[in-house]
Amino acid sequence: MDKKLKETILNPILKGNPITVLVLGICSSLAVTVQLKGALVMAISVTLVTGLSSLVCSLLRNTIPMRVRIIVQLVVVALMVILVDQILKAGEGTYAIDKQLSVYIGLIITNCIVMGRIEAFALGNKPLPSLLDGLANGVGYGLILVIVAFFRELFGSGTLFGLQVLPAGYIPNNLVILPPFALILLGCIIWVQRAFDKDLQEK
Amino acid sequence: MEYISLFVKSIFVDNMIFAYFLGMCSYLAVSKNVKTANGLGLAVIFVLLFTLPINWLLNTYVLQPGALKWLGPQFADVDLSFLSFIIFIAVIAAFVQIVEMFVEKFLPSLYSSLGIFLPLIAVNCSILGGSLFMQQRDFTSFGESAVYALGSGIGWYLAIVALAAIREKMAYCNVPKPLKGIGITFITVGLMGMAFMIFMGIQL
Repeated sequence: MDKKLKETILNPILKGNPITVLVLGICSSLAVTVQLKGALVMAISVTLVTGLSSLVCSLLRNTIPMRVRIIVQLVVVALMVILVDQILKAGEGTYAIDKQLSVYIGLIITNCIVMGRIEAFALGNKPLPSLLDGLANGVGYGLILVIVAFFRELFGSGTLFGLQVLPAGYIPNNLVILPPFALILLGCIIWVQRAFDKDLQEK
Repeated sequence: MEYISLFVKSIFVDNMIFAYFLGMCSYLAVSKNVKTANGLGLAVIFVLLFTLPINWLLNTYVLQPGALKWLGPQFADVDLSFLSFIIFIAVIAAFVQIVEMFVEKFLPSLYSSLGIFLPLIAVNCSILGGSLFMQQRDFTSFGESAVYALGSGIGWYLAIVALAAIREKMAYCNVPKPLKGIGITFITVGLMGMAFMIFMGIQL
């Protein structure tokens, strides 16, 4: 049991990473990575939503009729996202970030990771492993988000978390801030990961 | 005139894929060949075209702060906008379900080519994203929301068909092993995005 639990927690972070291996949840992940702060808030929000909705769906798994389960799951996830959104709007420091993330907080509802974990894991497992699985997948997602945001903020504006890091003479590379670069960077991250882990390579 | 500029803008300048990354999951998963990409693209246009105006009506007459004024003056300060996520997604999921049943019953030939994609669309970010952008940008008329829906649907359609065509050709290319499959696809989409950026500065 302990070994299985450990596997549940560690697998989504590298070997079964939701973004680079399963290619889920790209939709909202790339647009929020211009700045590290926004990416971090997004990562925490997604982690909370995935964990909590997996927990709730796992508790309900024996009472949900199979035919309408998608709608039930969507309602549970939407509820969690509304909670997160309201908390972000209420916090003094987080209100500006909520504005900056704009529609992407709402789009956590249709983030494939959340639905994917509920479908693939929470509906067939006990509440505690489901909660851990959800949280671990959120962390795996957040990790990639933070890596992408680190490079984009560092080279795009010469700052990290809004603090100047590169010397003042650095001319920001505007390409890095533009959307296409996020895709190329993610392609490169996948390249690096697959170069080290030969099992993941596609034929 | 305003409608035409909004239409062109939503196809090219504010392209769902290249400017906002919306609907990326199914975009990457279902773009292996042009035929299926075509089916999914058409289904997205169709669903967007109906759900976005419905959500516009709901937003204007139920959800916005003060939207319930038509019920009576005592409802003028009711603000239900915190419910918008759940209402929008419920409308989308219900609409997709209805369309699926309708198409299955009355247009079986269309169902066999489109049917498998319909359930996928309920969780396609570009549909919910369209509704959320509609709310954020305060579209003033029903027509505006419909034009925006059609434009962004066509933009998504063009993007997925273009990527599918490239991927079909790329099957014969000699790509480094670790990049094969999804890695090179990301980079391709990035390069396509750069090409689409020539529309960015256009004032309409």
